[in-house]
Parts: sequence; structure tokens; C-alpha cells
Amino acid sequence: MTYIPHTDANRTEMLEAIGVKSLEELFPAVPDKVKFPELRLPAALSEMEAFWEMQGLSEANADVNHYACFLGAGAYNHYVPHTVDYVLRRSEFYTAYTPYQPEVSQGTLQAMFEYQSMICQLTGMDVSNASHYDGATSLAEGVLLALNATKGNRKKIVLSPAVHPQYRSVVRTYTQGMGVSIVGDNNLKADVADLVKLLDKDTVCLVVQSPNFFGQIENMQGVADAVHAVGALLIVATDPIGLAILTPPGKYGADVVVAEGQPLGIPLSYGGPYLGIFATKNAYVRKMAGRLVGETVDSDGKRGFVLTLSTREQHIRREKATSNICTNQGLLALAASVYLATMGKCGLDQVARLCWHKSHYAAKRLGNLKGYSVWNNKPFFKEFVVKMPKPIEVVNEFLLDEFDIIGGYDLGRDYPHLKNHMLIAVTETNNKTEIDDLAEGLKEAAEQL
Amino acid sequence: MNFPTDLKYTKSDEWIRVKGSEAEAGLTDYAQSHLSDIVYVELPEVGAEFKQGTSFGSIESVKAASDLNIPASGSITAVNESLADAPEAVNSDPYGKGWIVKFTLSDAGELAGLMDAQAYEAYCNERG
Repeated sequence: MTYIPHTDANRTEMLEAIGVKSLEELFPAVPDKVKFPELRLPAALSEMEAFWEMQGLSEANADVNHYACFLGAGAYNHYVPHTVDYVLRRSEFYTAYTPYQPEVSQGTLQAMFEYQSMICQLTGMDVSNASHYDGATSLAEGVLLALNATKGNRKKIVLSPAVHPQYRSVVRTYTQGMGVSIVGDNNLKADVADLVKLLDKDTVCLVVQSPNFFGQIENMQGVADAVHAVGALLIVATDPIGLAILTPPGKYGADVVVAEGQPLGIPLSYGGPYLGIFATKNAYVRKMAGRLVGETVDSDGKRGFVLTLSTREQHIRREKATSNICTNQGLLALAASVYLATMGKCGLDQVARLCWHKSHYAAKRLGNLKGYSVWNNKPFFKEFVVKMPKPIEVVNEFLLDEFDIIGGYDLGRDYPHLKNHMLIAVTETNNKTEIDDLAEGLKEAAEQL
Repeated sequence: MNFPTDLKYTKSDEWIRVKGSEAEAGLTDYAQSHLSDIVYVELPEVGAEFKQGTSFGSIESVKAASDLNIPASGSITAVNESLADAPEAVNSDPYGKGWIVKFTLSDAGELAGLMDAQAYEAYCNERG
């Protein structure tokens, strides 16, 4: 298939029009010796050979279809129903670009509107945007909204150390040079009660994650009141599967709710692309970044959808825009919508309950092993922390080689006081045999390493 | 196009009506006609203080968003809450029901630097 539409006849015609004899005459500035350098490339492969080579490379990786996975820490092995792919691979969706021209984009726009609506139902908030890149950038945008909402007069951001370390790092990246100070996570052991003590009239927002990075459900009673009493905003990062059975942050007073949407019908894909969920109250809709789809009627009175409140965005407000980001993860928001519609309220509830029950079974089994103890002292959802008698890196290598198990996250990497503590995630995809094997593997690890 | 003679005007298209040390301000007829349908007005808090020329809020139409700059330094005594439900008042009655803020002047001397109706009309005509 040719991608260049010009024929030789076209080229000759164009060259004649500008009075040039050959294409080469158009590039006198390029030295001869670099015009067609020798490229030391291997010989071309046939399709068959190329396929074998790629297959070999991919089979060198351990994937969750062949290994039991207990690794979470922000991205989780949840089941993706085949309905998701079936809808996503329709070329109308797969190749669709930004719906700036609503007349020819009603499919995309309606899908985004459904996505936004479902996110509002899940989070208990008034309005959701059409998504950001991932949970981390959603959280950073939440902080920017709070800075905007407090009219730039306040400078202190209180950030819980139990928020995902990479999210905290992205918040710092986004706010560098803004003259703000980020406190709270300088003490990695601080809990929500400690953070509430830091609230004052200079506070922009309190940022909390629940379930937090350690899987624990934070006690948010009275927190929103304390935050609002000083005129600040409460931003909560959460897990979308958990929203099926845990109190949604909208119900306990959150001003902004963000989440990583990967658990909703999006494969792990070695780290991305993922989905940034962002929802807020009506009062803040004009300060919200990202695309926003609205429902309206056309000139014949028929229902239709458009991108709306565009005056927030940088092509109109420039340096006063709500964010420099003006995009969304359309295809992945669609995946999340298909997942939610497929599972429905009952299905999502069931997934959440399976996660809860299986993780608690796992915690019980591992807690009974000699040399191991469960660290969590608060209720948890689908992740929990286990203190181990050996370094996590060594344990994980053993589990991978001897038991075909992908072990959990080494918390010592981000929390020095949690050296030799492993963060273990259990989802609906982990069956009892795998969990029992994990227990067996850890038992042997303690004995043999 | 309406240019009431009892008002003074800024280069950023705000008008000011002065009664002693109290003032009222809003957006001019020229500006509302160029912005077209106003959909939202962001108002300041009562008690907030602003220096002449700085932004005290913003006004949004379907196609653009503009800062609102205070014509003279002062502290806000009242804001037009009815604009929350009926922002279109800025289009239909920009010098009356479409008023945006009321404030106490901190330096009446600043008014001398503003344009009168005639100067402002000329300024609008040269802009087109």
C-alpha cells in the first residue's frame, strides 16, 4: 500500500512549475556524504520470521495469564470481559480522534457522556470529566483545582504519606515553581489524624487516599468538616472497584475524587496506557480541567452531545486555563464504560466482594505462617501488608522461579521503616489454589533462604 | 451602542458609577455585544480588596472568557448574586440590572485617569 499520493507524473509537473530539473536540486544544504549514509541494518525478515522473533521476545516475559499475580500497588489484575474488546475494536471507536466536530462524533461523545455519568454514580459526585491520563495526573489536576479555587491566596498542601508514592511525586512535578509547600508526607508514618492537625488558614487542600497505598480503608469521619472549617478542599484518591461496596467519597464530603481507572476493563500492559478518573462538585465545574461532554438538543430539538464549557481550556483561556492538559483517554474511558455496563451494579458488587473475601482469606493464611505477620491494623479492601523474615527481593525471586508466582510490592523501596514488608494484592482472578500455593511458597522461602 | 454620560470607563471595557465614596461597576454595552451570550460571571468575595486595574473576577460567554478589572482601588461591599441564575442581565441591561460589584473607593483621585463617555465612545469606534 502506498502512503505517498504523488505519482512520478505529479512530481515532474510540480518541478516544472517551479523551474527545477530534479528533486536533488532542492536539497543543496544537505552535504553529499550524509544524503544516503550506509545504514547497518540486519537483512529484512519475512513475515513468518518476524513473527517468530517477536513471539520469542514476548514469551521471555512472565505474564499474568501464565503466572499467579499478587502484585498490585496501583495497577491490578482484574478480569476483562470480552465485551470490552468487542466494542473497542470497532474501527469507528478505535480510530476516532477528538470530537471537536460534534456533527460527526455523536458516537464518541455519547460514549464519553455515559462514562461521565457512571463515574458520578460510582463516586457520589456531581460531575466527572472525560478522563485524564492516569490516576497520578488526575490527582495533580485535583491539587491545581484546589489552588485555583482558593484563588491563589493559599500555599500549603497537606499530603498523606499513604497516598501512592508515584502520585505524590507527580503532584510535586506539577506544582514545582508555583511557590507552594507540600507537607504531611515528610513523616512517612503520619496517619489522617496527624494530618488534620496540620490544617490551617493557609491550607489549600488535604489529599488522602482510601483505600490507601497499604490497602487500608481510612477513617474519614469528621475529616471533611475539619478541612472545610479552614476553607480548604478535601481531595480523595480511591479505587474504582472498591466504590461498589465502600462508602463513596462524595458521601463523606470530598470536594474532588480521583482514581486510577485501570481496574475497570483495562489490561495491565506493563504500566499503561491507563485511565485518570476525575470527579468533583458542581461548584467547581468551571475550575475542572480536561474535556467535558454535555447533553443538549440540536436545531430540530433532537438529543445530542457536545464538548462543553470549553472556555476552561487553554485554546481559549491560555495561561489562565484550568490546565495545560487538553486531552483525555477516550478509548480507555470507553473500555471502562463497557466494563461497567457489562458488570452492572450487581456484577461490580460481586467483583468487589470477591476481592475482599479472597484478600482476607490470604491474610489469614499468611498471618498464620511462622515468621510472617500481617502489618495492617485498620480494615483493608483488596491489599494488605505482610512483614517477612527475608528481604522481599529475595522472596519474590524464589516465588517466581519455584512457584510461578509474581509476588507483591517491596514497600521498603518507598518506606524505609517498612523494609522487609510486602504489599500483597488479591483480586477476583486469584483462586484458592493460588492463594494456598502462595502460602506454601512463603513457608518454604522462610525455611530455605 | 449605549455610552451613558454619567459614567466613567476603562480601557478594558468596565464602567464605574460613583456616588460619594461608594462606587458601582460592570461591563459596558460595547463589551457585552462583542462577547455575546454571557453564561457565567465569577464574582469576588465581599470584603475583598483590589488595586485599580487588577482582576476581581471573570466573565464567560459561550465563546470566550475575560477578566473583569476594577476601575478604581477599593474594597467590595456587595456583589450581584442574581447573576448566578440570570447572567444574561449583563447582555440585556449592562448598566442597570447587570451591575456586577459595589465597592468603597480607597483613592478617589484615581477616577481622573478614566475615560468619560465621549472618550470611551471614540476609543470603541477606533477599535471597530
